[in-house]
Amino acid sequence: MEALVQWIFANVAIPELFQPYVTAAIIGAGAGAIVTFAAIYAGIFIFFERRIGARMMSRVGPNRVGPQGVLQWLADAVKLIIKEDIIPDSADKPLFKLAPYLMAMGVFGGFAVLPFSHRVIGADLNIGLLYILAITSISVVGILMSGWASNSKWALFGGMRSAAQIVSYEIPTAMSLLPTVLLAGTMSTQGIIRAQAGEPWNWYVFHSPMMFILFFVYFISALAEGSRTPFDLPEAESELVSGYNTEYSGFRFAAYFLAEFANTWIAAAVGVIAFLGGWQIPFVSLEVLESATGLQAVGLELASLVVFVLKTLVLVFLIIQLRWTLPRIRVDQMMSLCWKYLVPTVFICTILMLGWMIILPWESMLALGIRVLMFLMGVGLLVAYVVRIRYNIVAAGDKVYAKWAV
Amino acid sequence: MSDIHQALPTQNMELNIGPSHPAMHGTVKVSVELDGETIVKSNTDVGYLHRGFEKMCENVTWAQCMPYTDRLNYVSPLINNFAFCQAVEKLLGVEIPERAKYIRVIAAEISRITDHMTCCAAMGMEVGGFTPFLYMIEGRDYLYDLVERLSGARITVNYARIGGVVHDLPEGFAEDCLATLDKAFKLVDDGDKMLTHNRIFIDRMNGVGKISAADAIAYGITGPFLRSTGVEYDVRKAHPYDVYDRMDFDIPIGDNGDCYDRWLVRLEEMRQSRRILEQALKQIPPGTVLLDNPHFALPEKDQVYTRIEGLMNHFKLVIEGARVNEGEVYSFSEGGNGELGFYIVSDGSGQPYKMRVRSPCFAIMQALDDILLPGAMLSDVVPIFGSINMIGGECDR
Repeated sequence: MEALVQWIFANVAIPELFQPYVTAAIIGAGAGAIVTFAAIYAGIFIFFERRIGARMMSRVGPNRVGPQGVLQWLADAVKLIIKEDIIPDSADKPLFKLAPYLMAMGVFGGFAVLPFSHRVIGADLNIGLLYILAITSISVVGILMSGWASNSKWALFGGMRSAAQIVSYEIPTAMSLLPTVLLAGTMSTQGIIRAQAGEPWNWYVFHSPMMFILFFVYFISALAEGSRTPFDLPEAESELVSGYNTEYSGFRFAAYFLAEFANTWIAAAVGVIAFLGGWQIPFVSLEVLESATGLQAVGLELASLVVFVLKTLVLVFLIIQLRWTLPRIRVDQMMSLCWKYLVPTVFICTILMLGWMIILPWESMLALGIRVLMFLMGVGLLVAYVVRIRYNIVAAGDKVYAKWAV
Repeated sequence: MSDIHQALPTQNMELNIGPSHPAMHGTVKVSVELDGETIVKSNTDVGYLHRGFEKMCENVTWAQCMPYTDRLNYVSPLINNFAFCQAVEKLLGVEIPERAKYIRVIAAEISRITDHMTCCAAMGMEVGGFTPFLYMIEGRDYLYDLVERLSGARITVNYARIGGVVHDLPEGFAEDCLATLDKAFKLVDDGDKMLTHNRIFIDRMNGVGKISAADAIAYGITGPFLRSTGVEYDVRKAHPYDVYDRMDFDIPIGDNGDCYDRWLVRLEEMRQSRRILEQALKQIPPGTVLLDNPHFALPEKDQVYTRIEGLMNHFKLVIEGARVNEGEVYSFSEGGNGELGFYIVSDGSGQPYKMRVRSPCFAIMQALDDILLPGAMLSDVVPIFGSINMIGGECDR
């Protein structure tokens, strides 16, 4: 955004007097674009989640609104917007009204520092990763507030569980991202991605066995922070009916779900940034990317956009797949998983990583050999995963009518 | 200053789960007193689905009781039909035809599978596994299709008659049944694979809702719930009725009496039921399916339309009801959830004088407040309750 503003001022003659207004307008437009993207992504995500879930459960899923039901999310959104906004009589009204905004703010705020491609980013903060961790934590205030303000026991349980969960899982999430920061030497999201340029084995996930483990720790903690299955206890529908949003209706209810679904993008994107090389196009070095001009630059820019979105969507698909596969964990088991397994794991891995970085510098041949080896292992895992999914789709037979998938 | 060192005043929270709650299938209310998320005390309230089944039966003829029994355990209605008929036949002292016995075994085992499938599916769903739920429910629907071919209805079957069953197996039923079982069990296996060895599922189920064999017997618990505690009691083996003594099947038992054992026992029982079905379909002899006895069995239609004796017999049976001997009887058989008993008093008129149903899940519900729930967590209520397979129609009658 900053670069864009400077570029405009350098190339277009704008009087000194109007420059602040132009800057504000550009930033406003950028923020609007990002929030719009997040909202539209959340909508489309709902459609994909329902369709993929339906496929996995051998149902059909929504297929009436628009071709193959692609407009279902718009219909849902319209329905939720025109619904009456009911506030329970005994609710704490100001808090009740405020809670969804806090939740949405926490999540949409995170999008500001998420890059989409080589040059497209809201704000390349030098504390990007820390900012994401901090701002997404605001949503816990919203959840707790809604649980308390609803004056419903079910909502209260949901809120308390959620608060406990998010606060605990902050630690493994943040700690699992720490070695990435150590490796890259920066907390800027773009900086971290730049450090993983070139061949795919330069991605941090393949750096060492510890980073490989940390990637999974991050993924699990991110699931828990986003309250996704198997950690969806705050809204465990079989015990808590709906959790902290039990009493909400209409657009406030929609705000919760927009935030929750948009959060899947953040969880996946941060994983891609920190471990999977972000928008780096495989085998295209940073110099080529930076020095390209004209059409080539546009092409590379688009390619990096596609690469980033694809990687993120793969992780998002994994999140959806887990949602429809796994049962839900119990609240005490969730806590023990966090404090007894994940937190010690990240601490041990971080300490080992420090040693590794001292003994095996990035440039050494041995480190490169290990990276390539880890990369091959990762490819093997991916292939096994794809083969297995394909096998299941074939075994399901004619229930799946997406012929292209097999 | 001294206030700071005092313990904060805390109070347990009272929470009403139900009567309308996604986990409380059927309608039942469990009021729990919670200390944090741990249950201190619970108070289960049954009876929301009380329809006065027993009283209704006293005002209708014997044959008219049959559709009411369909509505007892509505996931395995055929078993209720047969259990009721068995009681009346015991009072009459008649032996039903061989083929009818086999048909009853076949139909009852299909129903048992649907019952266990419902329970297993619900257990999966209640810990958040919605996909295995739909897999098993899909399998159950295939079996309901089979029941529909057999009786004309999926749930309100009304298939049994005093002295046999209403009509013979449809053509090609044996092949159909085996093919459907293949289809249904593929889905059961899918659900099994998704959950049985899933660490999260084991954590949620293992050691939850534990009950000892002695307690289970003391509360009168029967069926898969009792067998999960390690007691090898199955009415089909202990007091064989129909032709169960000719079938080769095993009784699965558990060790711990917790939710996980109940899940495993029910899964294995479905497979044993399949074994029984395969044997019964092979062994079934030809013959009639209904006793030709004017005291309780309706005459053939051509008799009714062409002969005065047939017409009169039909009229008497429909208006006055079957002629059942004076006396009282208790008869029991193995239902989906345990021992399903009918205690009947007859005064010799065409209507039951008194009817009482011993429903298996009512006995289990008693243990809920005393043993199963206290000490468990709020999240455990759902798997514990799910593993009972409480069916409102049967429990509340």
